[in-house]
This record gives sequence, C-alpha cells and structure tokens, in this order.
Amino acid sequence: MRLTCPLCGPRDRREFYYYGAADYLNRPAGGDPAEWDAYLHLRDNPAGQTRDLWYHETGCAQWLLVTRDTVTHSISDVALVAAGGASGGGIAAKVKPEGSA
Amino acid sequence: MQYSGFRVIAEGLFGNRGWKPAWRDPTPKPAYDAIIIGGGGHGLSTAYYLAKNHGLTNIAVLEKGWIGSGNIGRNTTIVRANYFLPGNSEFYSHSLKLWEGLEADLNYNVMHSQRGLINLFHSDGQRDAFARRGNAMVNQGDDAELLDREGVRAHLPYLDFEQTRFPIYGGLLHRRGGTARHDAVAWGYARAADRRGVDLIQNCEVTGIDIENGRVTGVQTTRGAIRAKKVGIVVAGRSSQVAAMAGLRLPIESHILQAFVTEGLKPVIDHVISFGMGHFYISQSDKGGLVFGGDLDFYASYAARGNLPMVEHVMEAGMTLMPMIGRAKLLRSWGGIMDMSPDGSPIIDKTPVDGLYLDCGWNYGGFKAVPASGWTMAHLMATDQPHEVARRFRLNRFATGHLLDEEGTGSQHNLH
Ligand SMILES: Cc1cc2nc3c(=O)[nH]c(=O)nc-3n(C[C@H](O)[C@H](O)[C@H](O)COP(=O)(O)OP(=O)(O)OC[C@H]3O[C@@H](n4cnc5c(N)ncnc54)[C@H](O)[C@@H]3O)c2cc1C
Ligand SMILES: [Zn+2]
Repeated sequence: MRLTCPLCGPRDRREFYYYGAADYLNRPAGGDPAEWDAYLHLRDNPAGQTRDLWYHETGCAQWLLVTRDTVTHSISDVALVAAGGASGGGIAAKVKPEGSA
Repeated sequence: MQYSGFRVIAEGLFGNRGWKPAWRDPTPKPAYDAIIIGGGGHGLSTAYYLAKNHGLTNIAVLEKGWIGSGNIGRNTTIVRANYFLPGNSEFYSHSLKLWEGLEADLNYNVMHSQRGLINLFHSDGQRDAFARRGNAMVNQGDDAELLDREGVRAHLPYLDFEQTRFPIYGGLLHRRGGTARHDAVAWGYARAADRRGVDLIQNCEVTGIDIENGRVTGVQTTRGAIRAKKVGIVVAGRSSQVAAMAGLRLPIESHILQAFVTEGLKPVIDHVISFGMGHFYISQSDKGGLVFGGDLDFYASYAARGNLPMVEHVMEAGMTLMPMIGRAKLLRSWGGIMDMSPDGSPIIDKTPVDGLYLDCGWNYGGFKAVPASGWTMAHLMATDQPHEVARRFRLNRFATGHLLDEEGTGSQHNLH
C-alpha cells in the first residue's frame, strides 16, 4: 500500500502512522458527555469509502486526511489537514496523539 | 447420531457408509421465538445455550456465508484465562471452565489441548507487571507461575535468550492455557445446537432489521422476511453494518489481523509462546504446521487479507525470538476482520431497541470467549438480565467512563 503525500509524493505505507477516523477532527467545544462519547468512541466504520487520519511520521510530519476504500484498499484522495482538509482551524495540533511525534 | 470411539471403529469396518450429515439444512420458517444473526463461534454457542440452558428451541441462526467462514475459522486458536481486570477476569475464567467440559458436553472432539502458555518478559518492570497479573489470575482461581530465565529455558531451550533488543528475563506460565481446533468448535456447536432443534440457515444474509414502536419484530434477509420477538446481533467484524440496520452507531472500528502457517514439521514447539514485545506468538498445530501471528495491520479494513509490511514484521519478530524456525517454509497466510472496541473489551448487552441484543467487540481475543460469550448472551436474551460474569460488558460504559482497558492504551480502537 502506498499513500501519495501532497508534499512528499508516493510513499510506502510504513512511513505513515494511522490514527483513526476523521471523526477525530470534530473535537467537541463544550463538556457534553454524549458529544465526547461520539468523538472518542462511536464510528460509522463503513465497508467502502471512508475518510481517516494518517500522520507522515518519517516524511514531512504532516497530518493527512485520506479518502480510501476499506474493502479494496484503494486510495482516492490525500489532503493536508492543515490546509483545511477539515472543519475548524489549528487542526493539526488537535489531532496529534501521544507517542506519534 | 452419537459419536464415540466404538462408532469410529464400527464405521471403519463397514466402509464408513453409515455417517450422516452433522446438521440439517432447513428452509427458514416464517417466524421464530428468537433469531441469532451470524453463524460464527459466538452465534452458534448462543443458540446452543439458549436451547440447552433456557429451553428455547424454536430459534434460528442466520449465516450469510457458511458455518465457519468467518473469524471462527481464521483464528490462531489460543485458549487462555490470563486477564487482569475485574470484569474480564471472571468472564474468561468461566469460559476456560466451560472449555474443560466442552467435548463431553457437545459430544464432539474439539481437540482442546491444554499444553501451557508462556508469556515472555524482558525487563524488571515487565516482570513486576506479570507478577501482578499472575496474582490476579490465582486470586480468580486460575493458575499462574512466574518463571525466571532458567525456568523458561527448561521449557523452551530453543529461544534466543541473549538477543540484544529483548533479552529474555522470564515468563508467566499458564498451564491450563493452550489451543483447540477452531473449525471443530464451530462444527461441534453447530451439530449440538441442531440436535436440540435449532435451525441453522446458511447462505442467508440479513439485510434489514424490522422495528415497530421501538421494538424489534423480525429481520429482512436474502431468503425472505422472518419474524421474531428477540434478535441477537452476533456478527463480529460486521457489527457496525448490521447494527446500522437498526439505526445504531457502535463504538467499533473494523481492522484486519493476519496469521500464518508453515508446512507440517515434526513436533518442535510444545507450548503456546507469546512474545508481546515483538508482537509475535506461535504454537504448533496437531498437523505439524507452525501457526503464528502478530499485530493488526493497524488501519481500518474489511479486506480479509493484509499487507506486506506486517508480514515482514511478523517474520522478523519470529526470527528474533527463535532463529531455528528460519528454514521452515511458509505455506499460507490469511486475514480476518476484527471488531475492535475502544477499550479492547467486548460488549454483551441490550440495545436501545426492545428485543434487540448485541454481542460484539471481540478484538482479537474472541476465540477463547466462544463458550462464555454464548452462555452469557443466551442468559441475557432469555432473561433480559446480564449474566453475573458478563455484567460489566455494557454498551454504555464508554459514555459513562467505566472502561475495561486491559492494556491501558487509551480509547484508540487499533491500540488494543
Ligand atoms: C488471524 C486471527 C487470529 C486470531 N487468534 C485468536 C486467538 O488465538 N485466540 C482468540 O481467543 N481469538 C483469536 N482471534 C479472534 C477470534 O477469531 C474472533 O474474536 C471470534 O472468532 C469472533 O467471533 P465469531 O466466531 O462469532 O466471528 P465470525 O466467525 O466472524 O462470525 C460472524 C459471522 O457473522 C456472519 N455475518 C456477518 N454479517 C451478516 C449478515 N448481515 N447476515 C448474516 N450473517 C452475517 C459472518 O458471515 C460470520 O460468519 C483471532 C482472529 C483472527 C482473524
Ligand atoms: Zn509527507
């Protein structure tokens, strides 16, 4: 499997860290437990097209929003989260998990 | 037909002409008292215990493929009760006890082999953690022995003890741990359920769940509509899709897990060995193949096959631990779709829809759970009360913060 990073070009899957579904971009602003449950745990988990977050760990160290098919593993789009691939601003900082830097 | 040693000999004398199919191939009835969606290990054991423990025999198991086509026929067959957290500990303890009586109960040889499981550790900190886990296991009434390096060497002299990255400090030995023949577990439960009157309906995919006024009334399938007052969703990696038919969004992400087997060899590995630091575990099947695996491919996937980076990683880990297997030839590799939950523990619970029940979130440890999952899911479906040993496997525990995070890795689905 290869992902075509917008900055680095086509790269081997081993250069990337998978975080999870693009739901992680919708961090709740308030303290509503139901919203936090949805953000942290609940997933559409589609068999087919999905959007998820990958980190180009050994490349440009950018967060990427990847559109791909979970059944065929084909990848149709890779966008930079920081370039507005998602809702809200300052997203890259928000989605950075522990231990991935 | 009762199976026995005598029967095998008698059939052998008369050309094996007397064997009958192990279960019927019924056409679906218009209605049942209860329907189980999914004919994997958990669905079959749920049906069996509904019939055996609760006297419910007008029930059907609906399987979209054939019995044994899912993870129940794809796993690496490890059976153990070495969990730490209250909630998991009593559940897997109960399951192991059921395993120990399973063959007599089902009248089926599932080749359960308690050959002993050794979890290796490689630092002082890890030793402390395993000592603590071992104490929890003993307190639960199960067995655990902490081995030092020489203790491990006595069992597994062929390991590379001096490797620089993960020198072996010792291991936790769980003598009652071992393996079983995975397909035989599916076939044994299928046959035993069928003998109690359960209809096993294969090539029957559920495409919709019928709900009226918040109550389940039946399912739509590729073989027509079937009515039922109670429906259990027991579909492992496909849980999110089937639950979505009832409007539910689950705390599940599906991931691919690969496994590997070599050509058949003479007996070389007597135990199940788990090398957690290298993401590698191995045992030898009764046919002689070395059966081993590693970690997830790590990205959400419904393809029942994996990618090469994980193949390479698993082979490297195996060579690190036991260079002697380097000349064995790999015969096959395959993958299964794992229903990963955000804390690594399962869900056996009611849903917000009356009469609709859920059994999922088995991550990659659901084979050993097959007996207890069926036992407790059947209890839930029959009595509407959670079973004592599965009472913490609630669907709402993520919202309320009552997680069962055995490995302490946080709420990322692929880290468990
Ligand atoms: C490579 C690998 C190694 C593993 N190793 C171990 C191990 O060593 N020890 C251990 O304890 N566990 C292990 N597991 C995990 C274990 O196999 C699973 O957790 C367990 O089998 C899942 O439950 P099941 O048997 O009911 O699943 P499955 O056998 O997958 O059953 C689910 C069934 O539901 C059916 N289904 C899905 N959708 C529908 C529908 N719409 N209508 C009708 N039917 C449907 C599917 O066809 C399938 O047959 C491993 C898994 C894999 C893949
Ligand atoms: Zn890059």
